[in-house]
Amino acid sequence: MKRHLPLILLILAVIVVQLLTRWTDTAFYLTPLTMTGYYSLVIVGLCLLMGYAGQISLGHAGFFAIGGYLSAMLTTKDLMPLKETLLLGLCDKLGLLVQGQDMLGVASLQMQPWAACGFAILATIIVAYAIGIPVLKLKGHYLAMATLGFGIIVYRLALAFPLFGEADGISGVPGFPLLPGLAVSGDFNSRVSNYYLAWGMVALVMWLLVNLIHSRVGRALRAIHGAEGATNAMGVDTARYKLNTFVISAVLASIAGIFLTHYNGGIGPSEAGIMKSVRYVAIVAIGGMANLWGALVMGAVLNIMSLRGMFGSYDDAVFGGILIVIMLFAPQGLLGISLSATFKRIFRRGE
Amino acid sequence: MTLELFSQYLLAGITYGIIYAIVGIGFNIIYNTTGIINFAQGEFVMLGGMISISLYQWLPLPLAIGAAVILVMLIGALVEILFIRWLDRPSVLRMIIITIGISILIREAALHVWGEGVRSLPYFVGNEITTVPVLGARVSPQVLWVIGVCTVMVLGLSLFFKYTLQGKKMQACASNRVAATLCGISTKNMVTLSFMLSAGIGALAGCVMSPITYTQYDVGTGLAIKGFTVAILGGLGSSMAAVAAGLLLGIIESFSVSVVPLAFQDAISISLLLAILFLRPHGLFGNKDAADLKEF
Repeated sequence: MKRHLPLILLILAVIVVQLLTRWTDTAFYLTPLTMTGYYSLVIVGLCLLMGYAGQISLGHAGFFAIGGYLSAMLTTKDLMPLKETLLLGLCDKLGLLVQGQDMLGVASLQMQPWAACGFAILATIIVAYAIGIPVLKLKGHYLAMATLGFGIIVYRLALAFPLFGEADGISGVPGFPLLPGLAVSGDFNSRVSNYYLAWGMVALVMWLLVNLIHSRVGRALRAIHGAEGATNAMGVDTARYKLNTFVISAVLASIAGIFLTHYNGGIGPSEAGIMKSVRYVAIVAIGGMANLWGALVMGAVLNIMSLRGMFGSYDDAVFGGILIVIMLFAPQGLLGISLSATFKRIFRRGE
Repeated sequence: MTLELFSQYLLAGITYGIIYAIVGIGFNIIYNTTGIINFAQGEFVMLGGMISISLYQWLPLPLAIGAAVILVMLIGALVEILFIRWLDRPSVLRMIIITIGISILIREAALHVWGEGVRSLPYFVGNEITTVPVLGARVSPQVLWVIGVCTVMVLGLSLFFKYTLQGKKMQACASNRVAATLCGISTKNMVTLSFMLSAGIGALAGCVMSPITYTQYDVGTGLAIKGFTVAILGGLGSSMAAVAAGLLLGIIESFSVSVVPLAFQDAISISLLLAILFLRPHGLFGNKDAADLKEF
């Protein structure tokens, strides 16, 4: 029960915030709140990887971009020239493609959002395994640089291919009809349902992750973080655990990318940039590394402030500054500064 | 490929390669004394270029460059004193995040001071269209300046480490910090010195390359990745190997242009970095057994 208390609090908070925006007539807050929800998926996934398995990733914006860009490209760009290829022919037979018309009335061909979503996640899993197997053998600086390099390659590829819109990114991405009457889209009238959808996903993922870290897997991960060699000697297949955690967090980032792209109706290369990856790492660090709830709370607060433009043109500088200050003075995270311990220290001094 | 084209590519490769080598040596100097990879290394190069361009408005070129190098050395020392000196045995993850934070702050500060525009120093000799024939190719005299200055720096550094007391002290710290402390060497001061030294060589490289490569507030990250690739390629900690690796990377990059589009140039060097990390993390010239003992 105690384990699920924060989850219940989260759900209550989500409902209360929605009601508050309704009563105070500030429904415009729902848009940044929804986007924050999707970013939170990336953050808790990265928190699992960094805090629990102890592996840094400076390339998570890359996975976010793989999800977002692939699903945007498949559902928006005209696939007609590729129609004869084997893969698309197969998709056509399975009924995964939709015929449409572009603005000039020329027939165009796109993929169903569900199918595109599936492809994007599948691609993420393949890439995550392909990258993860060699990368996770590395440690420390090497791991940081290798993941950073992966992120830069994704960014460069997004900029280099006309299919991904080069510097403009992809816009005009259609909504993603999940269920009848429920679509992921930036449509004004479905603001509330999208808000609940985003945060419902966050709650679901949190529930899964909390259960995961309290299971055998979670204990193994924490042991890896503490002493990898010793864990290995105890008979835990450390390489497999690290790899699977990496893939899970990559898929979470990818799902966030897919949904946020459909919600925003587009994606640009800045989503794949290094600064985004660094920002995710910063938020996990502020939340206290091995603290899923801390990462979620700090991520929500900072992302909303950032999306509302409170930091102005100092946006990146604020995250850089926070990163340094937290790592210098409170490497256990902002919420890791135990209040009770602080009080005790003050009282002891008074004696 | 004709001989002219070949030597043209070769010289371009050497020019970029020696700059990468300087950044790689900067990584190595700090890594040797601290065990830290300083992710803000590329920012020193950017700062060198930017500050010298600003100072050039008031000072003659050699003085502007000299002043810029000294200022960046002071910034390097300041960074070390403010953020690194007083930490007690920080974990690698913590240091990575701190130096990334430092690089973001320097970059954002540069953005607010100098804006997004592309700037450059004037050519040291002649102008944009002056060329000198070398091996059948025609190159700007600035290319020779870059190669010359960087070569002098590399030679100077190796003499410094071999023959001066300070250099020997730094080498002592690199090989065994505890033993160096027992011999009466202030390891903390050596760390500050290593930050100043690598900031200084980065800044000087930033100045001489500015006329041909231009300087913008965000050039640091790309250079840091290339420099790191070079440091790893040569084997982390070895400066002379970094020079060989730098030239190799520069030449591979410049010849890759004739095969793949320019947009993929970065992707090539990063793929090379990944390949090296996966296959030979101790570097082309490094020793595997020695690398296994090091703490990453």
